[in-house]
Amino acid sequence: MKRTIPLVLVFTLGVIYFFAGFFSNSFSVNFLQQEIYANWLKIVGTFAIIMSVTSLWRRNYIKIKRKAPGYVYNYIELIGMVVMASFAVLLPKVNIGAGMVLGGIEKNSVFNWIFMNIQVPMQATMFSMLAFYIASAAYRAFRARNIEATLLLITAAIVMIGRVPLGENIYQAMSGVNSHFLPEFHWAGIFDFQGITQWILDIPNTASKRAIVFGVAMGGIATSLKIVFGIEKSWLGGTE
Amino acid sequence: MITIIGTWIAAFFTLAIFSFLYKDNPFYKFAEHLLVGISVGYGIGLIWHNAFIGYVWIPIINNHQYIYIIPTLIGLLYLGFLHKKTIWLIRIPISISLGIGTGFGVPLIFQTYIFTQLRETLTVFNHPGMGFWAIVSTALLVIGVFTAIIYFFFSWKHKGTVGVLAKIGIYFLMIGFGASFGLTVMGRISLLIGRFLFLFKDWLHLIG
Repeated sequence: MKRTIPLVLVFTLGVIYFFAGFFSNSFSVNFLQQEIYANWLKIVGTFAIIMSVTSLWRRNYIKIKRKAPGYVYNYIELIGMVVMASFAVLLPKVNIGAGMVLGGIEKNSVFNWIFMNIQVPMQATMFSMLAFYIASAAYRAFRARNIEATLLLITAAIVMIGRVPLGENIYQAMSGVNSHFLPEFHWAGIFDFQGITQWILDIPNTASKRAIVFGVAMGGIATSLKIVFGIEKSWLGGTE
Repeated sequence: MITIIGTWIAAFFTLAIFSFLYKDNPFYKFAEHLLVGISVGYGIGLIWHNAFIGYVWIPIINNHQYIYIIPTLIGLLYLGFLHKKTIWLIRIPISISLGIGTGFGVPLIFQTYIFTQLRETLTVFNHPGMGFWAIVSTALLVIGVFTAIIYFFFSWKHKGTVGVLAKIGIYFLMIGFGASFGLTVMGRISLLIGRFLFLFKDWLHLIG
């Protein structure tokens, strides 16, 4: 029963919703697609956060209980979560001066102040640090060993130059360049890094991404059908 | 005053995260764990106000739309996660979401990622007044898509004509990866410039 009911539900709902999109009657559009798909699923999904919060709480609690190395930081994690959630959920929306309110998630709330002055700067810094690691990895790994690697290297270099003012500056500096060989040819166009970058993004990049998207879509469809027909059961978890 | 305090706190955490470039240290660990905690707390706040209040509390309590008790009860089955004997109950909301999502998703994937993309690829020549360069570019796009797909087709050995086409497909893929790499690097560099601008302009006022 513990495995059969979920499998029957997935199959039944999967088949119903596969065909739901093909019908434009009121039951399909208003009930199946609007009410169940758009509203009910949102409500069901809301409660999924219980799992993530409990999981985070349990992981930190176990480390604190065992006094594992660095368990002080687990306190920090829990305090951060509780404080942030408290400002949003528990505390009242009272004025605390300086145009700010204590509770709620409005623009002038403490919750938003913490988000803007602690979370956003830390996240941006985390992502920006990847620039150092990408540069370091590229320095070690980028070698024009064969045609494929050379293509990747050259494309990356052109796109990088084409996305900064340097690319435009080079193009401007070269705009007067001309040659007696093929005088009609616009030689400066070779240095139009922004134009070349756009062409790379529009043509070969689109072509490769489109092929990858086909593959991903096929994989997605195959996995979905395997789930609906009960071939793929790993989502059930455990053995019971 | 509150803005100045905010700027100093943001600068402290920016430097705390950057300190990892030297080596792992207590400042970084403090900032890292605080970020995880605050991010989860932020998620709780948003879900509480935007989803729970908007889709559960107001419809059921204020508007007396009791039909929404059904999805609420289904959602509450996630609480089965808290005990070993009832943990299987979480399969019910998961199976409902999964069934609806996959069933509805298959035709959508076909429509969005296969039919639309195919149409865009095959009908590109259907534009009157295309110049020579546009025709060449469009032909390259079509060739790129099909050769790259052939590279992912493993039912035939990549030998002879198929091998040549797959090789061309690899070249297109490499150009695509190079472009993605370049864009990613520039995105990160932009963020880095943003952080340095914050430190030197907003915090230290060293640049105007």
